[in-house]
Amino acid sequence: MIALSDFLVLSAILFCLSMAGIFLNRKNVIILLMAIELMLLAVNMNFVAFSHYLGDDAGQIFVFFILTVAAAESAIGLAILVVLFRNRRAINVEDMGSLKG
Amino acid sequence: MDFTLPNFAPAMPEIFVLSMACIILIVDLFLTEHTRVVTYLLSLITLIAAAVLTANLDTAEPVLTFSGTFINDSMAVVLKLFIYLITFVVLVYSHNYLRTRQLYQGEYFVLILFAVLGMMVLVSAHSLLTIYLGLELLSLSLYTLVALRRDSVSASEAAMKYFVLGALASGILLYGLSMLYGVTGSLDIGNISSHISTSIATPAEHSIVLVFALVFVLVGILFKLGAVPFHMWVPDVYHGAPTSVTLFIGTAPKIAAFAMLMRLLVDGLGDLHSQWQTMIIIVAVLSMAAGNIIAIAQTNLKRMLAYSTIAHVGFLLLGILSGTLNGYASSMFYVIVYALMSLGGFGMIILLSRAGFEADRLEDFKGLNQRSPWFAFMMLILMFSMAGVPPTVGFYAKLAVLQAVVEADLVWLAVLAVVFSVIGAYYYLRIIKLMYFDQPDDVAPLAAGFDMRLAMSANGLAILGLGLFPSGLLTLCARALNP
Repeated sequence: MIALSDFLVLSAILFCLSMAGIFLNRKNVIILLMAIELMLLAVNMNFVAFSHYLGDDAGQIFVFFILTVAAAESAIGLAILVVLFRNRRAINVEDMGSLKG
Repeated sequence: MDFTLPNFAPAMPEIFVLSMACIILIVDLFLTEHTRVVTYLLSLITLIAAAVLTANLDTAEPVLTFSGTFINDSMAVVLKLFIYLITFVVLVYSHNYLRTRQLYQGEYFVLILFAVLGMMVLVSAHSLLTIYLGLELLSLSLYTLVALRRDSVSASEAAMKYFVLGALASGILLYGLSMLYGVTGSLDIGNISSHISTSIATPAEHSIVLVFALVFVLVGILFKLGAVPFHMWVPDVYHGAPTSVTLFIGTAPKIAAFAMLMRLLVDGLGDLHSQWQTMIIIVAVLSMAAGNIIAIAQTNLKRMLAYSTIAHVGFLLLGILSGTLNGYASSMFYVIVYALMSLGGFGMIILLSRAGFEADRLEDFKGLNQRSPWFAFMMLILMFSMAGVPPTVGFYAKLAVLQAVVEADLVWLAVLAVVFSVIGAYYYLRIIKLMYFDQPDDVAPLAAGFDMRLAMSANGLAILGLGLFPSGLLTLCARALNP
């Protein structure tokens, strides 16, 4: 039997990994999008684990909504990425410094 | 298994706006550049009709529907009416701006209507699920609006930054919500609140997880509001986005963010007030300090107003942290007044701009008094109001939140807030000095049309009029929270 805490630890690790991915990554914007997806999946793991443990279905329904919104979100993220690439011919995080102050 | 239809009546305005947004999306396909005014007029009509529908809802007491996920109460009605009003003015201001910049597309209007729908859902949310869905509908529409000018390098960069940081904030908020769900076992805000009040009476081992969840939720909300230290996106997005989009982002969503704060922190986690008060005090002080001081160094007016937003968010938080009904009402008053002032401020940039000229630098306001004394006077009122000078409504907004803070026995915080607003007065007065005492570099007459001039004058005079007679709006806010 896997305890609830095991799931929570796993999701916390995934969450920290995705945070590290966002803050340490200096190269590619696509990696940022992947890190954001990972963060949402970590949250999903939390919801499913709690939902099973509490015997309440609402958490699993929330997960369906998060998955749908995440799909819309990555579609918009990739669309913005295409616009950015057309304007700059590069998608490096370090190049995004024209707005400052 | 029996299935009963939910009560649709409280959600009529949302259903109407959703249907109209879809209809406008389709109608727009059959329009050309010359007939696109139909899209514009349909959007305005949608907002007016939604306002009529919302005003006709019965709010004698809160009505829950859709299994308790959606609430209609007097706060929701008042905030929604102001969201319609502000969006209406945003559309009027941006109409001519869009036409002269190849941005006059149906997407702009449809995305704004979807963002309005997201705000309406957020304002009426009574479950973690509806809060999340409303917030995402609003945010996703805003990301796209920022990127609307596809050939602009700064707009696409701003959109990318906004997207990444906004998605990060949503992720953090969601993680907090999942913890909250785990501790309380419910997504319903009413159940969460009652669970917390019973568990506080008997100290349980849950309390650490509860504070953990609170921190994540708070970070998510403060990110959306743009409070220091989660403000990095605000100046870049305000600066990089087309002014008509900045105008929208800087106004109506603040009202929705206030509603989210009220629903989650006050309605849901109100019993943890002693825990979140300290966190919000720190954030409010940092926001007022950083916003007001960094704004002094700006030469771009949009960036300056972005930092001024951060400072105003600090003031807005003052009312919330006092934790009294009076404080919440003063914050609600503040956010509505702020949205109206910021509408005028960004509207003024649009008024002065013309094709190929953005008018977003401070020096573009030099000698405005010689070019147009009336609009220089309107800008004077707006700047005085943002600085908090007495005959304008900005003064009463600051006074109300400061009163709430003093009533909560935090006199030192009130003193600090006054000091920061004095520092802030410097950069607002600098614009007035540029308008009245400098020679204009640019003597071209204003290109704005009649509708824009009329709306701008009404906006400026409303700031002055509300300042002379603030009691109406103040009692409206107090009654909305305590019917």
